[in-house]
Amino acid sequence: MIDFTLTLLNSISWVAVAFHTLAAVVCISALLVVLVRNIVHAVLWLAVCFVSLAGVFMTLDAAFIAAVQILVYAGAVCIMVVFAIMLIRRGNMGETNLFNKQVWAGGGVAVLVTVLGGFLSFRIRYAGSAPAVPENTVDHIATLLLSKYVIPFEVAALLLLVALVGAIFLAKEVKADADS
Amino acid sequence: MLTLSVSLHHYLILAAVLFGIGLFGVLTKRNAVAVLICIELMLNAININLLAFNKYITPNDFIGQIFSIFVITVAAAEVGVGLAIVIAIYRNKLSVNLDEFDWLKW
Repeated sequence: MIDFTLTLLNSISWVAVAFHTLAAVVCISALLVVLVRNIVHAVLWLAVCFVSLAGVFMTLDAAFIAAVQILVYAGAVCIMVVFAIMLIRRGNMGETNLFNKQVWAGGGVAVLVTVLGGFLSFRIRYAGSAPAVPENTVDHIATLLLSKYVIPFEVAALLLLVALVGAIFLAKEVKADADS
Repeated sequence: MLTLSVSLHHYLILAAVLFGIGLFGVLTKRNAVAVLICIELMLNAININLLAFNKYITPNDFIGQIFSIFVITVAAAEVGVGLAIVIAIYRNKLSVNLDEFDWLKW
């Protein structure tokens, strides 16, 4: 009996188990983001979704992207959205994440896109045995970012600067007599 | 016996489902901040696709991982500017309901 259990445990692909668990968590929390009626709760489920997506990225041998995902999305983006919600808060928080009048049309379009994307991805054929991703991904990413992709890298820095200045300018307190 | 396995198709299906949920939210939400959140869900679905293709098709080139870094950068900039615009509109209109943003109509 113990031998049987051990062989069963060894035959399980733990990456597959992790992937299916994380995929279920991602889908359920994403659905809750859309369906929950309080937008603060929606942002909390969004953080759950982002953290489990970082786990999915780990199963794809992308440890650096998983770390960036947790830092940028689960850390920065969620906090920024919560601050924006606090600034635009209304009295009844339970009614802040409602649907508009086109639920059925929008649901139809979304189901159509999902089914089409799933169907097309089933038709993909690829060479089954690709070589494994190299162990030390950060070295390769750093070398490529500063050699072959250095111009997009610098443009991304410029984009972040422009976004920073633009966000400050847009959200700045407007004086009452600024027009005259 | 039940055999669990993972292939490129599993990741693509997960990305399609996540993209569909995000698209549903973008099309049907009334709150502008909720629409921004759902756009983030769609961008994350694209990141799953990029990383899955990187692992299963070009594991030595790292193109998918580098592009997903750029996607994350642009998404962070987008959500910052988007929230600033929503706050600026809220200051004028005292509402974040997208159905009421109709200055350009008449």
